[in-house]
Amino acid sequence: MQFGLSEEQEMIVSTVRSFVENEIYPHEAEVERTGQVPHELGEEVKRKCIDLGFYACNFPQEVGGAGLSHLDFTLVERELGRGSMALTHFFGRPQNILMACEGEQRERYLLPAVRGERMDALAMTEPDAGSDVRGMKCQARRDGGDWVINGSKHFISGAEHADFFIVFIATGEDDTPKGPKKRITTFLVDRGTPGFDVREGYNSVSHKGYKNYILAFDNCRLPDAQVLGEVDGGFEVMNTWLYATRLTVAAFCVGRARRCFDLALEYSAERKQFGQPIGKFQGVGFQIADMITEIDAADWLTLAAAWRLDNDLPSNREIASAKLYASEMLARVTDTSLQIFGGMGLMDDFPIERFWRDARVERIWDGTSEIQRHIISRDLLRPLGA
Amino acid sequence: MKVLVPVKRVIDYNVKVRVKADGSGVDLANVKMSMNPFDEIAVEEAIRLKEAGKAEEVIAVSIGVKQSQETLRTALAMGADRAILVIATDDVHQDIEPLAVAKILKGIIDEEQPGLVLAGKQAIDNDMNATGQMLAALTGWAQGTFASELDVDGDTATVTREVDGGLQTIKVKMPAIVTVDLRLNEPRYASLPNIMKAKKKPLDEKTPADYGVDVANRLEIVGTKEPEARAAGIIVGSVDELVEKLKEAGAV
Repeated sequence: MQFGLSEEQEMIVSTVRSFVENEIYPHEAEVERTGQVPHELGEEVKRKCIDLGFYACNFPQEVGGAGLSHLDFTLVERELGRGSMALTHFFGRPQNILMACEGEQRERYLLPAVRGERMDALAMTEPDAGSDVRGMKCQARRDGGDWVINGSKHFISGAEHADFFIVFIATGEDDTPKGPKKRITTFLVDRGTPGFDVREGYNSVSHKGYKNYILAFDNCRLPDAQVLGEVDGGFEVMNTWLYATRLTVAAFCVGRARRCFDLALEYSAERKQFGQPIGKFQGVGFQIADMITEIDAADWLTLAAAWRLDNDLPSNREIASAKLYASEMLARVTDTSLQIFGGMGLMDDFPIERFWRDARVERIWDGTSEIQRHIISRDLLRPLGA
Repeated sequence: MKVLVPVKRVIDYNVKVRVKADGSGVDLANVKMSMNPFDEIAVEEAIRLKEAGKAEEVIAVSIGVKQSQETLRTALAMGADRAILVIATDDVHQDIEPLAVAKILKGIIDEEQPGLVLAGKQAIDNDMNATGQMLAALTGWAQGTFASELDVDGDTATVTREVDGGLQTIKVKMPAIVTVDLRLNEPRYASLPNIMKAKKKPLDEKTPADYGVDVANRLEIVGTKEPEARAAGIIVGSVDELVEKLKEAGAV
C-alpha cells in the first residue's frame, strides 16, 4: 500500500492549485454577479492552459494530449474543483468519448478539440429522458442515405462555447420481453448545421455562468459521416467512455469541499463570541472534526476508484460510491460551513453561499444519488440472483 | 555560461506561522513548505537568460534537509537543467546559517565555474539577507543586490537595484553574484511536460563534508515572539470628530 503522491503528482497538484488561485479566483465574483464569462477572459484562461501543456491532459499522447493516468487526471479535476466551474471550463478537458472518432472525424473533431481549437459539448438529457435515457424522444430516421433528426435536448452544459456537439439520438426501437427498447446512436453535430438550433436554457442556482442550453432539431439532416461509433451503438459508446465522468464529479466535490472547509476552519478560529473563538465551543469544534473526516474519506474513495480504473480492475461500483459519497459530503460540508459563518454565510460578501448553492446540483447531474445507489446495489445483488 | 541558482525550502508564504512553545523558533512540523519566493524569481530569471541564448545551463542548488529535493524538483520543473542537493542536516528545525551556506556555495562554484549566481535577496523565513553578500566576499566577485532589472551583455551585467528612495543602476563585471528583488519578473508555473521531465533530470546528492564545511550553528536564538497584536480601531461619527481624534493622536 502506498498512500503518498509521487513528486510529479505533487507538482501537478501544486501547479493546478496555483493556477486556480491566481488565474480563476480573482475573476469569480464578477462571473457570479453577471452570470457571464467575458469572451476574452475565457480565451485567456484557455491560452494559458494550452501554454502550460494542461489542455486536454486527459487525452493520450498519440493524439496530442498529456496522457495522464486516471489518477493523475482525477488530481487535476480535484484542484480545479476549487474554482468557479464557469471559468475552469476553459481549462479544457474535452469529452474523452471523442477517442471513438474514426477516419476523417479525427481531423474534424478529435484533434482540433485536443488542440483547443474547437470546443465540444455532450448532449443526452431531454425533458422526458433524465435518469431514464431510453425514454428519449429525440429521434433520427433514415431518409435516402442520410439521417433526419427531430426533437430536443436540454440541460446542455458548455453549449454556449461549443463548436460542435456529441448528441445521443434514438435510431429505432426493439421489442423485448420487457417491452419496447430504444436503439441509440451517437452523432457529431456542428454548430450552424441547418435545422439545428442552440437556445438559452434555464436559470440555475448552481454554477452561475456555467449555463445550460437547449438544443432543438427540426428536420436536421446529417450524413452517415456524422455518426460516432456504430449505428445503434450509442450505449456501447456511452459505456466505454462515459463511466469516468462520474469520477470527475466526485473529484470536483472533494476539491470544492476543501476550499470551503478551509474558510470555515479559519473563521471558527478567528470569530469570537462569548469571549472566545467559536471553534472552542464543542458544538463547532465537533463539526470541524466531522467535516475533515468526511472530506478525507471522500478523497480516498475517489482516488482509490481512479486507481482501480488505471489498474483495469472492475470499478463501476467504486466510481458510483465515490460520486454518491463525495457529492453528499459536499452538501453537508457547505451547509455546515454556512452554519459556522452564521448570517454572514448567506451574504454574497463571502463565497460560502455560492459553494452551498453550487453543491446542490452535484447530487443530481451525471446520475442522481438515487441512480448511483441503484448502480451500487444492483452490482452487489445481481450476482446473488436478487 | 552556466548560471547557478541557490534555492531554499521555506515555510509556505500562505501558512500562518506559529511560534513554538519554547520560543526556539517557529513550528515547522507538518507545515506546508515551498520554494522561497525570491528564489523562484531567481530561477525564472535564469531560465529567461537561457531562453534568450545568454546562458547554456541552469543549475539549481539547495542546502538543508533531504526534503529540499522537492524544492529542487520544482526548479527542474520550471526549467532548470540539473540540481545539486547538499544534505546538511536531518533536523527540519535547523536553519543552516548564511556563512555556512555561502561557504558551501563557494565550493560548488569552484567545481562548476558558473558565470553568474542568481540568488533570492533573502529567504522569507529568517530574512537574513546575507548569503549573496557573503558569497561575493568569499569569491571576490562583483555583486549586484536587490535587482529589479538585469541585463547581461558579454562579460558585463547591468543591474538596476531597488534602494531606499529610488533605483540605482550599476554595471558589474562577470562572473558576478546578483540577488533578486520582488519586481524582477513574475515566475512561471511549471508546465505539465516539464513536470514529467523533471524526474529524469540529474539531481546530485552531496554533503557539507564534500566541500569541507562545518555547518554547526554559530548563532544562538534567544527568543522568538509573535508580532504584537494590532490594537482595535474606532469608528468615528463625523469628519469633525475624525480631525479631533487625529489631533489628539498628534497625527495632524
